[in-house]
Amino acid sequence: MSELIKKTASELGALIASGEVSAVEVAQAHLDRIAAVEDRVHAFLHVGAESALAQAAAIDARRSAGEELGPLAGVPIAHKDVFTTKDMPTTAGSKILEGWRPPYDATVTRRLREAGLVILGKTNLDEFAMGSSTENSAYGPTHNPWDLTRIPGGSSGGASASVAAYEAPLSTGTDTGGSIRQPAAVTGIVGMKPTYGGSSRYGLIAFASSLDTPGPFARNVMDAALLHEAFSGHDPMDSTSIDQPVPSVVEAARQGDVAGLTVGVVKEFGGDGYQPGVLARFQESVELLESLGAKVVEVSCPSFTYALPAYYLIAPSECSSNLARFDAMRYGLRVGDDGTRSAEEVMALTRAAGFGPEVKRRIMLGTYALSSGYYDAYYGSAQKVRTLISRDFEAAFQHVDVLISPTTPTTAFPIGERADDPMAMYLADLCTIPSNLAGNAALSVPCGLADEDGMPVGLQIMAPVLGDDRCYRVGAAVERAFESRWGGPLLSKAPAL
Amino acid sequence: MSAITRDEVAHLARLSRLALADEELDHFAAQLDQIVGAVARVAEVATADIPPSSHALPLTNVFRPDVVAPSLTNEQALSGAPAVEDDRFRVPRILGEEA
Repeated sequence: MSELIKKTASELGALIASGEVSAVEVAQAHLDRIAAVEDRVHAFLHVGAESALAQAAAIDARRSAGEELGPLAGVPIAHKDVFTTKDMPTTAGSKILEGWRPPYDATVTRRLREAGLVILGKTNLDEFAMGSSTENSAYGPTHNPWDLTRIPGGSSGGASASVAAYEAPLSTGTDTGGSIRQPAAVTGIVGMKPTYGGSSRYGLIAFASSLDTPGPFARNVMDAALLHEAFSGHDPMDSTSIDQPVPSVVEAARQGDVAGLTVGVVKEFGGDGYQPGVLARFQESVELLESLGAKVVEVSCPSFTYALPAYYLIAPSECSSNLARFDAMRYGLRVGDDGTRSAEEVMALTRAAGFGPEVKRRIMLGTYALSSGYYDAYYGSAQKVRTLISRDFEAAFQHVDVLISPTTPTTAFPIGERADDPMAMYLADLCTIPSNLAGNAALSVPCGLADEDGMPVGLQIMAPVLGDDRCYRVGAAVERAFESRWGGPLLSKAPAL
Repeated sequence: MSAITRDEVAHLARLSRLALADEELDHFAAQLDQIVGAVARVAEVATADIPPSSHALPLTNVFRPDVVAPSLTNEQALSGAPAVEDDRFRVPRILGEEA
């Protein structure tokens, strides 16, 4: 196993820029790692070995020609298979898009190509990013590198597993209800949901458009910040993109201190349903923050207890509308077109054959919530709860700089345990959903292992809208203090694959 | 009493253009009933005086300048089509009967 795969993205970028190693060597080391562990982890739906080596060779040639390269030029990356890539298939984990080659790049994809990152491939996900375990992928589950019998989180479970298994130093994900933070937490890595509108949705296959947010995965806070900065910023192709400067997240990750900050502990996140080992590590994080000079206070956000039900009305409602585009007419699967059936019959047969159970459930749930007669009670009420949650955040951020909670109520559960119990599965997003509904920034950083199962636990750090830098500032301080206590990154405690 | 019956799921499936099998209807009816029962809680706090939020950001009417820009070619637009005829998407019949 090459030592290169254990390096951080910033280390790799520096080694490539100085010419100590070539981008081709770095790409090859990661492709070798993928070849060695992928049969057990199954993080990828597509690996583009040839194109990765060609992209890396192009970076090496530019460096040899004397070109000044950016900090991540030549660094490999894996993209969640929900971002369109014009040179690779894009499936969203669904049979309805099997083999589809998009004619265009997502803005995130394009910007990272321009920054010189080398695309290794596309990672597995719950179908259309709907799920918390990656078990809803039409192409089989991804396995948690810490314990292959457990889930890697979801929906960006291939993204989290690829980084935790050293198959890629960086990956992209999307977070609609926790789909970056929860997988990061349960695999012992860093995952960030930027402020909604801070990262472009153009070319991101839509699930719930008012919530979907692209974000970074990395093995440390600085790498996440570098990736965050590389793809963020205003995009005229996304009408909900924020036309303001990107918060200086790299500078904040470098700064990494909490002295003088006030940290609020969300009172509503704890108690019943939370695993003791998760609560113990969270309590330890609170004490750590105090020892680093932060003032910690308890904050009540009473509406947060209604966030989960509101989310499971709003997200399915938007999904039922967004997924209407899969109509078997212009791209993707078409089933049953034997010359006798109508377009509508072909559409219904195709959608029944092409969508998995969770996607069907959510389309029907959304259709129900938006139906005349039910709209006010369900979708309308959920939108009001959304207002209440934003108000709770606003009130809290008048007194505190950041809010913290466990990222997830439990550690990674065994594959299969909640597969046919939607309500149990939905609970994985209990603590992450409020920040999607309010659109604010939130980060998950590793905070230790649960005593009862030895699995990683994440600390969630929430900041106001466009306060992304605060997440990185606090996250970097927590990371530095924990790593000095642990004698290295949490991931170094993971069993060898 | 169930909020969502099997017949209701069949109706939702029709509206959603999903040709579900009988056993799927039974399975989804039980699950959707449970989910709807759990999420109905939102009505407890959604009083008349609270304005609804459709979105986290206060953005309205974002326009770009009305100038022609490059877009997909005909070939690119048709590249993923299940069936193509004469440079167009070929689709199953849309009207009920041949004239």
